[in-house]
Amino acid sequence: MTDSVLNARADARARGGQTSEWMPYLPASSSPYRPLGVEALTWAETVAPGGYTHKVLARGTRIRFDDPTGDACAHVIVYNALETVERLNVADTVKIPWQAYLGAGHPLLSGDGRVLATIVEDTSGHHDAFCGTTTEAWNQRKYGDARPEGPSPAGRSLFVKAAAKHGLAPRDLPPSVSFFQGIRVDADGAFEWRGSAGEGTSVELLAELPLLILVANVPHPLDPRPDYVAGPLRVHAWRSAPTGPDDDRFQATPEAHRAYLNTIDYAEARGL
Amino acid sequence: MTSTMSLDWSEPLVPGEVVLDDRVAPNASWSAVVRAGHVLTIVDVGGNQSGDCLLYNAADTEERYSVPDTLAWQGNAYVRTDTVLRSNLGNPLMTVVGNEIDRQDTIGGACSKESNTLRYGHHVMFHHGCRENFLSEGAKHGLGLRDLVSNLNWFMNVPVEADGALGIVDGMSAPGKRVAVRADTDVLVLVSNCPQMNNPCNDFNPTPLRMIVVSP
Ligand SMILES: [Zn+2]
Repeated sequence: MTDSVLNARADARARGGQTSEWMPYLPASSSPYRPLGVEALTWAETVAPGGYTHKVLARGTRIRFDDPTGDACAHVIVYNALETVERLNVADTVKIPWQAYLGAGHPLLSGDGRVLATIVEDTSGHHDAFCGTTTEAWNQRKYGDARPEGPSPAGRSLFVKAAAKHGLAPRDLPPSVSFFQGIRVDADGAFEWRGSAGEGTSVELLAELPLLILVANVPHPLDPRPDYVAGPLRVHAWRSAPTGPDDDRFQATPEAHRAYLNTIDYAEARGL
Repeated sequence: MTSTMSLDWSEPLVPGEVVLDDRVAPNASWSAVVRAGHVLTIVDVGGNQSGDCLLYNAADTEERYSVPDTLAWQGNAYVRTDTVLRSNLGNPLMTVVGNEIDRQDTIGGACSKESNTLRYGHHVMFHHGCRENFLSEGAKHGLGLRDLVSNLNWFMNVPVEADGALGIVDGMSAPGKRVAVRADTDVLVLVSNCPQMNNPCNDFNPTPLRMIVVSP
């Protein structure tokens, strides 16, 4: 009965307290999927297949993505939350470390010579920094439907919405990277599909600056399956410490060393 | 690298009525709107001179060149003849209709004062970079940092090896080598004649570029 305000309120309130397969968990530490050994979470969520999420996170936050079914594909863009004009630069992210394939120890660099986040753990190894995410034109061609509200939304459409919720426009969307579905480049430059490493893998990022992170969980553009196959993506985050001189990765390479120095220089100047 | 520079200014790769013919000095930037159907020839006048390049839909610059869309659509990491240079919406902006070197790069990005500190050290921070060229040239068209995305590098050589190792190595170009791109819509083209002095993308010796637009 919703024929009066009182009845409508009772009807609405009766809908609370339920659960679904894809939802945020509040308080975050109440997550039914809390990672082992982590007590206090600051973000916990299961992102729907074809869904998206976004969060502003403190410097030093550790972010864990889990792919429970082997069909997740986490397309990610990160920004300096304090100055969003500083954002993921995929070209620098592969050029500076002299390495195109993402894995543990790889920095996600901004165009400003700083590390936005570091990949600190990786049990998948199947990732991609070449193909970005899908567009409506791509999904219309591949699935016959690319409506953002439809059954096969494109990654870019989801990024547009996530970015807008932080006052950002489509021009603020740079190329993204993706985790859990991989490709390799052959000698002629052709992409070879590697797909998933299987169910139950995880990737952990460490926020080296205050981060705005956008995540779209949609099939990789080169996924050869004709159907829109996507699995849930679990996200958990907790407070930790940014990379510093006591970490092995701080001086692992001269490029990384100078990138961390630039990052710390910025953070200290801002009083972070 | 020699100190006696050999320059070859060449001519348009595709014949037609010349509507624009500009010389871009070493280290400088350039921009122009190339009308739909017109063909832009870029001449590597001194050989192995990287021309960093960004493209925008001239009618709506929120639609711009996209490395990932270009690569995913063709299923290959390198730019060659017939590569369609696509936008962030997946639409064709330009098509490579002529190319006189093995492959062109679009994964190496642009140099900048900031990334130079990572690659070479803080003692080169004062050097000029392509990102700075893009900013000053883009500002003429109302574009800023938010509009800079991953770019093309004409005449630059960035191989990806079997283990994922990637880097800028000696170029495959020579004086007078050319690439030609046809505009599939009205396109604003930004070019930085790369000033980099710390790696082989310019043979450690920046040289001019020639930009010729023809109406075929
Ligand atoms: Zn440059």
